Amino acid sequence: MTVQSSSELIERGLARGTMPRAKSGRTYSYVLRGVALLFAAVLALFAWSVIHQSWPAWSAYGLHILTGTNWSPAEENFGGLALILATLITTGVALLFAVPVGIGTALTLNYLVPRRLAGPLTTTVELLAAVPSVVYGLWGLNVIVPWMSTTVQPWLATLTNGGWPFSGNAIGLGISTASMVLAVMVLPTIVAISRDVIATVPRDLVEGALSLGATRSQVLTRVVLPNAKIGLLGAVSLGAGRALGETIAVAMVIGSSPSMPHSLFSLGSTLASTIATQYTDAPAMHLAALGALAVILMVMTASVNAFARALVRRGTKDAV
Amino acid sequence: MTDLLAQLPPDPMLERRRLVQATAAKTQRRRATRSALFTTLLSACLAVAVVPLFLVIAALIVRGGKVLTWTFLTQAPLQPTIFDQENIGGVGNAIIGSLVVDGVAALMAVPLGIILGLYLAETETRWANGLRRVTEIMTGLPSILLGIFAFIYIVTNMHAYSGFAAAVALAMLMTPVITKAAETALRSVPRTLTEAGLALGARQSKVSLKVVLPVAAPGIITGVLLALARAIGETAPLLFVIGASIRFDWNPFHSMSALPLMTYEYASAAYDSQHTAAWGVGLILVIIVLLLNVSARLIAAFMRRERH
Repeated sequence: MTVQSSSELIERGLARGTMPRAKSGRTYSYVLRGVALLFAAVLALFAWSVIHQSWPAWSAYGLHILTGTNWSPAEENFGGLALILATLITTGVALLFAVPVGIGTALTLNYLVPRRLAGPLTTTVELLAAVPSVVYGLWGLNVIVPWMSTTVQPWLATLTNGGWPFSGNAIGLGISTASMVLAVMVLPTIVAISRDVIATVPRDLVEGALSLGATRSQVLTRVVLPNAKIGLLGAVSLGAGRALGETIAVAMVIGSSPSMPHSLFSLGSTLASTIATQYTDAPAMHLAALGALAVILMVMTASVNAFARALVRRGTKDAV
Repeated sequence: MTDLLAQLPPDPMLERRRLVQATAAKTQRRRATRSALFTTLLSACLAVAVVPLFLVIAALIVRGGKVLTWTFLTQAPLQPTIFDQENIGGVGNAIIGSLVVDGVAALMAVPLGIILGLYLAETETRWANGLRRVTEIMTGLPSILLGIFAFIYIVTNMHAYSGFAAAVALAMLMTPVITKAAETALRSVPRTLTEAGLALGARQSKVSLKVVLPVAAPGIITGVLLALARAIGETAPLLFVIGASIRFDWNPFHSMSALPLMTYEYASAAYDSQHTAAWGVGLILVIIVLLLNVSARLIAAFMRRERH
């Protein structure tokens, strides 16, 4: 007999003994269940309201919202492909930087740093996640943008002789800078989850490899990483979810231009940043179209997050 | 006896191990070099990860530190003119706005989060698991979607921008964080405590509220502080619901302003004095958020020490 069921027996015995107790026990569980139901209802209302608001746009434009390349509220033309692409590109480039650095940091914190230092260093990385995104936006706009336009972008342009993907004017604002800021912002998420995942790799596997004469790098690349693979993919996906939905910091540095991105130096506008900059005082159809962007964003981030959580759950459970 | 041992075929496991060790010894130097390179690279990753935090904080202090005066913290904003560019007033209204909005949001989110945490910690049905998953996913949704929600239901129906609408959006943001923390803290309370309470004849409700909840309290408080820290810094959900008023107003049903919103607006404003003010407000925000985070961590660490 499990512990759980024995306590349930006691509980049931108590309930049978005296009526008032049974009644009050029921009130308590009714309150809990009622609040849970209320919250579920609010969540459903939230999802429904966003979808409902976008309805006029879907019925007027249909899939044009997903495939149209021209987003121009003045002409009532709402094609969101450029925004979707900018969202995916900024997220992809951000992950290109944040994933190796993030997993490298997690490995360092778990295996290379002395235990006494690991705590404070982990806290420092986690505090990066606490900095409000508007502050990253401010920093990006005043520090990263000038640095990109005077140093990084000219250098990148020489790499390809001004050709794709580093073509265009080095003005600082734009997709490349948004990606850099996003990379900094998703890093702590990736580090925190990767660290948890890597910590569940069984100690005896590591020690077995070391005893056979493997070096540290061999242990890390051939034992630890393969064992943590699934959970690490989950960590990366959680970071991706965060990057896809990041709003304010991106809106401040991406240049807010909803045209098709043709290079990493292009100005752009992501799904979230377009909603942030255009939603106030928009006329009805424009509002509905922005609602449609919100639906796309909601579906994208919710599915990425659900996928990521499932992977992290598997990655941290399997290994133990 | 000894002859017999010598005649036996060699132990395959021992042979294998000897082979591995021999190969390991032969390639030792090459592998050690490679390992040293690799670990240096990894340590460099850590350095790269930690540097931005210090860069951001240094930039905030250098560029925003000097505007933090008493006047700046207590006065309402003024619109600077060409002739008087330095006269930007203060951000007192935004401090009050942030206090009111985040306070009202906490009033809604804290009880809701704790009750949901109790429910999820005590229930294992399929529907409770589903709710747990959805709550988890909620923490990853872009906060701007909550702004849209508050706009559709509250601003549209009340025909006015209000701090209350912003508070509802932020409460939706805080609730899943508090729920998760509360559930984890409640589940980590030893089962024996519950059983002792039940065995003494107490009801489940009494055991949960008087025995389990107090033991889990530090964990829940940590969660509340972290949720608050996240809500205070959020700009996106406020953008189209709060109204960005420049008046002093404690009434949450009027339009208000908030610290992150001031940073956002000043960052792209016309005058240099306003840009400096943006850094000043950013510095205030980061100080608040870091204080909340550090106290949350101290409580968590204290709790861990108590436990052991």
